Amino acid sequence: MTMGTGADWALAVAVFFAAVVEVVEATTIVMAMGMTRSWRSAIVGTLTALVGLVIFTAVAGYALVNWLPEAALQLAIGGLLLIFGLQWLRKAILRSSGRKGLHDEAEIFAKQSAAARSADSRSMFGLDYFAFVVSLKGVFLEGVEVVFIVITFGLNAHNMPVAVTASVVAAVIVLVVAVAAHGPLTRVPENTLKYGVAVLLSTFGSFWLVEGLGIFRTGRSPLGWPGGNIALIVVLAGWLVLAQVLTRALRVPDTHGPALAAAGSGTVAAEEVNR
Amino acid sequence: MSFLRGFGMFWYDFIVGDDWKLAAAVVVVAGIGCAFVSGGVVGPLLPVFLGVCLAVAFTIALLIDVRATKPKGS
Repeated sequence: MTMGTGADWALAVAVFFAAVVEVVEATTIVMAMGMTRSWRSAIVGTLTALVGLVIFTAVAGYALVNWLPEAALQLAIGGLLLIFGLQWLRKAILRSSGRKGLHDEAEIFAKQSAAARSADSRSMFGLDYFAFVVSLKGVFLEGVEVVFIVITFGLNAHNMPVAVTASVVAAVIVLVVAVAAHGPLTRVPENTLKYGVAVLLSTFGSFWLVEGLGIFRTGRSPLGWPGGNIALIVVLAGWLVLAQVLTRALRVPDTHGPALAAAGSGTVAAEEVNR
Repeated sequence: MSFLRGFGMFWYDFIVGDDWKLAAAVVVVAGIGCAFVSGGVVGPLLPVFLGVCLAVAFTIALLIDVRATKPKGS
């Protein structure tokens, strides 16, 4: 594994923070199940999800590497990464402007714990069914997002070891802190992290999507941005400025509370506030 | 059948997410780029143009959401 270039460091930082955000969310779910229902069932659910993620990673990675030419790979995963990034950026802007409730791990932990306490105590193979399924689902769903980001960044930057290492380090750090804190990780500045990661995902996603459009020209070579990889900095600055401008333009006064919560209808208000 | 439906819903939620307009925006801009490239219109400014298109499409999608959920009387 080499960490020579600025691109490698950008890759590591992007994957690390994206993984931190996702692992914190998964950890909150598992801790809620463990502390209110059964640690054994929650841990078995987590390990089952991890096995599923390993299989998913192997299949998806093999398929992407062996079946798609480079430009098609950039187009496909650049497009998916961009959709991912823009979804995060949308939420980050709505949260920062006061139009959507902030992501709150303490609140999510309380909701998950309340649901766990009121659920039936059904057993399966000696395990608490509810704790097992909720932990499995939570870890798998959040894990797929991490796997997707790792594969996308690793393949496009031609440095899978850096991407994998960054995500593993993030997971280990979050788990160590969670064990030490023995509760939801409320001090992790998750909303700020999501804002930053959203800008990074949108940047790399748009850069690779446009490069990948070269698949449609003769020779199927990727399109080139003016200035090559230096253009990444300009694209990053562009998304950052746009996000800041939109956040300021859409900001609602604190005295009125989250406007969309009051609206009671529409796509944003209908969403789960803390998703 | 319910497994297939669940499987399809999982991938729809995973890829398209909460706001289909953002996925549509990306597909539309990719389509515009595809049309330019297929037509042989490939200059150094094409990536810049497509980047601006993405920013505009994202802004429009976001503003539609905000407008659709504007509180009454404001």
